[in-house]
Amino acid sequence: MATSSAQHRKLTLRLVIIVIGMFGFGFALVPLYDVFCDITGINGKTQNSAAVWQSGQIDNSRSITVEFITRTNSGMSWEFTAQTQRISVHPGEVNTVSFYVRNPARNNIIAQAIPSVSPGQAALYLNKTECFCFNQQALQAGQEAWMPMSFYVDPDLPEDITYFTLQYTLYDVTDRAADLTDNENPFLRQPVSGSR
Amino acid sequence: MKKHIRNAMMVWGGIAAFTSLRVLAQTESTTQRSGELNLRQGVTDISGQVYDLHMLMFSICVVIAVLVFGVMFYSIIRHRKSRGVKPAHFHENIKVEIAWTIIPFLILVFMAVPAAKTLIAMEDVSEPDMTVLVTGSQWKWHYQYMNSDVSFYSVMATQREQITNKFTKGENYLLEVDRPLVIPTGQKVRFLITSDDVIHSWWVPDFAIKKDANPGFINEVWTNVNEPGIYRGQCAELCGKDHGFMPVVVIAKTPDEYNAWMTEQESRVKQAKAEEQRLLAMSMSMDELMTLGEKVYNSTCAACHMPTGQGLPGVFPALKGSPMVLQDQQAHIEIVLNGKAGTAMQAFGKMLSLKDIAAVVTYERNAWGNNTGDIIQPKDVNAVATGTGI
Amino acid sequence: MTKATETLVPDHASAHQDHHHGAPKGIMRWLLTTNHKDIGTLYLWFAFIMFLVGGAMAMVIRAELFQPGLQIVDPNFFNQMTTVHGLIMVFGAVMPAFTGLANWLIPMMIGAPDMALPRMNNWSFWILPFAFAILLGSLFVEGGGPAFGWTFYAPLSTTYSSDSTALFVFSVHIMGISSIMGAINVIVTIFNMRAPGMSWMKMPLFVWTWLITAFLLIAVMPVLAGAVTMVLTDKFFGTSFFDAAGGGDPVMFQHIFWFFGHPEVYIMILPAFGIISQIVPTFARKPLFGYASMVYATASIALLSFIVWAHHMFTTGMPVFAEMFFMFATMLISVPTGVKVFNWVATMWRGAMTFEIPMLFALAFIVLFTIGGLSGLMLAITPVDFQYHDTYFVVAHFHYVLVTGAVFSIMAAVYYWLPKWTGKMFNITLAKWHFWCSLISVNVLFFPMHFVGLAGMPRRIPDYSLQFADYNQWISIGGFAFGLSQLIFLTLVIKACKKQGEPVSDRVWEGAQGLEWEIPSPAPYHTFETPPVVK
Repeated sequence: MATSSAQHRKLTLRLVIIVIGMFGFGFALVPLYDVFCDITGINGKTQNSAAVWQSGQIDNSRSITVEFITRTNSGMSWEFTAQTQRISVHPGEVNTVSFYVRNPARNNIIAQAIPSVSPGQAALYLNKTECFCFNQQALQAGQEAWMPMSFYVDPDLPEDITYFTLQYTLYDVTDRAADLTDNENPFLRQPVSGSR
Repeated sequence: MKKHIRNAMMVWGGIAAFTSLRVLAQTESTTQRSGELNLRQGVTDISGQVYDLHMLMFSICVVIAVLVFGVMFYSIIRHRKSRGVKPAHFHENIKVEIAWTIIPFLILVFMAVPAAKTLIAMEDVSEPDMTVLVTGSQWKWHYQYMNSDVSFYSVMATQREQITNKFTKGENYLLEVDRPLVIPTGQKVRFLITSDDVIHSWWVPDFAIKKDANPGFINEVWTNVNEPGIYRGQCAELCGKDHGFMPVVVIAKTPDEYNAWMTEQESRVKQAKAEEQRLLAMSMSMDELMTLGEKVYNSTCAACHMPTGQGLPGVFPALKGSPMVLQDQQAHIEIVLNGKAGTAMQAFGKMLSLKDIAAVVTYERNAWGNNTGDIIQPKDVNAVATGTGI
Repeated sequence: MTKATETLVPDHASAHQDHHHGAPKGIMRWLLTTNHKDIGTLYLWFAFIMFLVGGAMAMVIRAELFQPGLQIVDPNFFNQMTTVHGLIMVFGAVMPAFTGLANWLIPMMIGAPDMALPRMNNWSFWILPFAFAILLGSLFVEGGGPAFGWTFYAPLSTTYSSDSTALFVFSVHIMGISSIMGAINVIVTIFNMRAPGMSWMKMPLFVWTWLITAFLLIAVMPVLAGAVTMVLTDKFFGTSFFDAAGGGDPVMFQHIFWFFGHPEVYIMILPAFGIISQIVPTFARKPLFGYASMVYATASIALLSFIVWAHHMFTTGMPVFAEMFFMFATMLISVPTGVKVFNWVATMWRGAMTFEIPMLFALAFIVLFTIGGLSGLMLAITPVDFQYHDTYFVVAHFHYVLVTGAVFSIMAAVYYWLPKWTGKMFNITLAKWHFWCSLISVNVLFFPMHFVGLAGMPRRIPDYSLQFADYNQWISIGGFAFGLSQLIFLTLVIKACKKQGEPVSDRVWEGAQGLEWEIPSPAPYHTFETPPVVK
């Protein structure tokens, strides 16, 4: 019986390690999911950081229609519109579009734009070189701004995708980002050059 | 014991007969009373394919069940101890075991091929003729026609009294809305689906479309309706208290009728804007505001805040005696206009006119003993909405 | 978790003392017991009480759905009922019942004197009542209990839930710890305490299926714990795992949940397969057909269960190839499941069958579980799943596999081993009433759900349109009848616990094989203190 007690302890410890490992794995699923999304395009998530454009081939034989949708979530009072609703682009060429925001509220608000692409697969081929969605955007009461977004479509975009939709949802994140309140919005009142 | 077995046999036999009767009833119903017992064929090519696939799978399953249960019941009847049989002793047979692993696998392959075909047809991403942005929010749908100014909320139209059994229930009980979505027949209509709060699911059985509305993300799905008609569905993902009261109604019209409808809607949008401008210049009386406010409140706000203004403790806050309602007028208008993030309180500025909001805020500030005496005019609401200050 | 590790090592000195002084008396016996039979009894009674509590909630649901319109409860309370009914039946009834059977039977089947970790065994049971007291208590706090479905999809369970969610999370944590401790105990017992000669491929199938189940439990219960922890921090501590505004994704919740959830489904059915594989050979008087293939089928079902989770979420929007992958993987599961059903039928073939109560339940299981399995196959087909998903067709499917599957197997097991436990034959008349009433009512209850589901009735709704009225009335009547039938079972079990009835022989059933039938009836408090030798 003495030996079996040691055996029990050894096996139990191993199992407890598995349990702790699986608990950790539960949390590891969060970054794994992002990797999974990057590979498969589930949910149409786009990259959260700027892509670097390499001057490569511009495929003039194809044109892709990109459609922009702007929404504000509940609790968000900003006016938010896309200055360009639809644009036809050639894969490989960089385009810049501009979005108008205005804060009509009497307090300063910090916003975060969340992008989503449909069909999800297209998200893998959408490269943004500059986007207001990479950072939180602050506007003082009554301020307005034109925020730019530059992007190009990877020429490897599958042949059957001829158009896709990019949606931005604007969230009020003032509560969780209070330290940014005094930051001046870099796009304040400057119509972006190249906007259509 | 013997009697017990005979009883068992009889009832098992009865169950078997009963089940087969049900199967008969099922097949009969597909021709005569379709839609009541079985999946509906729907009105699109895709929904037809889905129906055929369903019937194929169903038939295969019935055949498998009949074969397996047939063998089992044969054995139950023949191989009983009471018949004096001596049990055999075999307990494996490699050939048989391999056979009943391979054969089901082949059946699966046979099932997978048409399923994959239909799936690929459903996920066709070619360019649509038109697009509607569908947004779910706690407990209504919003439809926005892309490349047009027309957008509206679609709310269940069944009266509360029908639900609480005070009035007789109408034919389309729980499946009727105030403003149905209208789409043309014979065109590829794309729906971009998203949500403002929790996850909803937009489901129209006749189109074989069910797609989740995920907050912050868009999903897409498309249809091409063959026959004009009214098609009803419901929200299919649990989305909170009134999940069961969130119907979807789509009217498919011929392209000509659809265009006429669209032209009318566009002119209405223009009229409404003009009306709004006119309203800003005038003032409404307290009585007018209170009467309209009560109506708006009961159709829009009462689901959560309750007709008594007392809310649901711990879930939806009370308005009766609420500090915001009694004091901070601007905050009150703001929350009605923009909603409150992370709660069921939505941005009603997108849904109601300035006049409606003025009326409902006035009503809330003066009903149920909230006797503030405040009168809110449409122009006050406009001032908050546009940030021009009070 | 720390508590679990602290009590891992059994205190052999006192366990040894218990051996010689017999059981303590009164309530302290049950509070302090480390005896596998006592703990098994506690688990089974707890599961039965929870089954009745969860059943009472089902009665509320069916009463509300008896007619269209809102009559009895408001929609918010209705949602709490569906949620807590699901949680209680899954975590409070089916899983503890299987753990109770494992406690009673595994040591007796493998010739061990007790479970390997008796102190932990005591802990793993006694934290359960607290978990469910918290869960049930949350129904009475302001704002009500959990109302977001047992699947607690974010953000309905995070941003939009009532504050009682903290209680829900805490309670699920405790249930998880309990299950994990139970699973560790089963694994250590089976690995280390088999009697001499009890080789792996001689173990009874109930032991095999439980071993595999235990591995599933320790693999996925921690993931569930992770998921509820994320819900908790999202709701109360400002993280945004599932909130798009902070860079999270609500769909990710479903991926994590179902990564747990699908293996969980098999956790609730694999031990049932084990039970049926014990009962059918006994009453067919013929060895189980394809023992080895049964073991391999169980293992492959368990492995496949890790790669099919997304079939619960086809409508969330996935790329076509992902939909196809999960469709094919899911269909594949029907192959090993089919093998099991064929093996049972082949076991009956050319046997000499009698139809005592356990066999009746086992036969009902095979037929009705197969119906549930076939509707599961239909649900796997992605394009049609878009139509079936979140309708009563799904409700019918999982109640066929869980009620006429898991629950019927538990009842079969109780009838099969109860005489061994008490030494007396249960009241056969009552048992027959229980079987026939349950069998008929359960089909009146769940079969029409297929029809209303296909006709388009969504699940989790407190009110429905008029076309579904007739069927829902039938369903409710079936539900009430099924609920009442379980009171017959309650009476029978109470009588059995009072040791009423005819004494039984050691073997109890003529064709019974296995170590548990070699010991006296009733099974003495301590068995196999000297291990038997298995030839």
